[in-house]
Amino acid sequence: MKPGWFLRLAAFCGYSLLLAPALLVLVISFSAGDFLNFPPPGFSLRWYAALIDNGQLMAALRNSALLALGVAAIALAAGLPAAYAIARLDFPGRGALAGFLAAPLLLPTLVLGLALLLALQPMRLAATWPGLMLAHAMVAVPFAVRIMTTAFGGVPKDLEEAAWTLGATRFRAALRVTLPLAAPGAIAAGALCFLVSFDETVISLFLVGPRLSTLPVEMFRYAENRTDPLVAALAMTLIGVALAVVLLVERLVGFRRAVGRN
Amino acid sequence: MIGLLLCLPAALILGLGFVWPVLLLARISFNRTTDMGAMEQAWTLDTYAKIVTDDFTWDLAWNTVTLSAGCAAAAVALALPVTLLIRSADPRWRGLLALLAVAPLLVSGTARVVGWMAILGDQGMINALLTGLGIASDPVRLINNLTGVRIGLTESLMPYCCLVLIAGLSRLDSRLEEAAATLGATRSRTFLRVTLPLAAPALLAAFLLAFVLGVSAFVTPRLMGGGRVFVVATEIFDMALETVDWPAAAALAMLLLGALVLAMVLRGVTAGREAPR
Repeated sequence: MKPGWFLRLAAFCGYSLLLAPALLVLVISFSAGDFLNFPPPGFSLRWYAALIDNGQLMAALRNSALLALGVAAIALAAGLPAAYAIARLDFPGRGALAGFLAAPLLLPTLVLGLALLLALQPMRLAATWPGLMLAHAMVAVPFAVRIMTTAFGGVPKDLEEAAWTLGATRFRAALRVTLPLAAPGAIAAGALCFLVSFDETVISLFLVGPRLSTLPVEMFRYAENRTDPLVAALAMTLIGVALAVVLLVERLVGFRRAVGRN
Repeated sequence: MIGLLLCLPAALILGLGFVWPVLLLARISFNRTTDMGAMEQAWTLDTYAKIVTDDFTWDLAWNTVTLSAGCAAAAVALALPVTLLIRSADPRWRGLLALLAVAPLLVSGTARVVGWMAILGDQGMINALLTGLGIASDPVRLINNLTGVRIGLTESLMPYCCLVLIAGLSRLDSRLEEAAATLGATRSRTFLRVTLPLAAPALLAAFLLAFVLGVSAFVTPRLMGGGRVFVVATEIFDMALETVDWPAAAALAMLLLGALVLAMVLRGVTAGREAPR
């Protein structure tokens, strides 16, 4: 049925609300003015230049990128074998384990952040690399396991069985047959874990300190205290990284294959 | 056996980074805070008692629940036409329209708040429009207050509602609506008597998800409220990092978790009731 004018109008309102903030961030980040006002008095790249000159924010950007890379590697390394076991092997407690490995997603990040603060602070692990790595890996692992389970499930079991028949050990068959076929899923899982860590704000807010901070936290603090277009340029940087990662996945494997559906 | 072994690294990360901290959180909620503000090991319900008997807590809880319920309802109401448009769109555009509806999930919450500042601020887009057209002489305060939080929270919950509704409505047979139209029903009548009842379970699921997410939202209430809007989440954050009263923060977090578990159980009950149909 063709949508009527009322539906079109209501949907237009919905889309405007959904897309307006990101569009405004894009426009304001090129503002030549001193405040977050719209329309901007002129356009310039001064706030991007200011961003590059800001040592504290650049250090936070570097920290966030390194952290996200490390977290993606850890989450993949830990999530891949677990996902293979859940998708392919039959063992007691498989269902319970699969549920457990998704459990952190059920709790609000605020509660997770608080719990991690209470656990890591007394051990002097708050505001340290190991502490942040553990915290972010904990939120990323469920995503890695979920996506990889789907990816392994999408690889026909016959192929692995054929390899066994041809004399390959179980380990060799999994490594040389199933894993390469599930590679698109692994790329997507790694990219998602990277983004989960790179954008993570609330848990990090509990765990950062003056000597180690991440970009989303610095952006949050900046937005809390000041309102100049530098924060828009900062926000565009985060949006740009997310877009770049998504486009990279799309170019490398395509979304449909990455998610494991046809 | 090998299966358990393969799951060990992932389970270890979750054990160290999730189970142990959450258990510790539960344990610390039974500790006591001395008058000096220091934490004292104990097994007591004092902290819970202090929170539950404080009127401020109930104000907070009421604010949080009404705010999230209102924003969840608004988010569902706005996500429904978006989803219906996606559903009835030409297949060529359907993918793009769906992608646009959930794209905000890729943009961090803080970045979207910055966008709202440029729209709702005293020198923002809406106030420039209002003063430019002569409708208002002074800027209307749309941010750093409850209005701002309502707008921002509604927007941040919408993509989740769209996700649930896109999945839920895709199973809805559009021939039923066509049949109603053929039999002479007007558009509004078809919508009210056919589409809406069929979509009701998906709408309820979307509302409950948005409500649960809204209750525990922190970034939007904090930033859009300009530190002037207080909800349970901002209070937990302040207790933990500003006043550094760990038992109180832990106890309030446990109460929040309890409320969320209750909401999820209710969702399970309602979903269970609908399943046999």
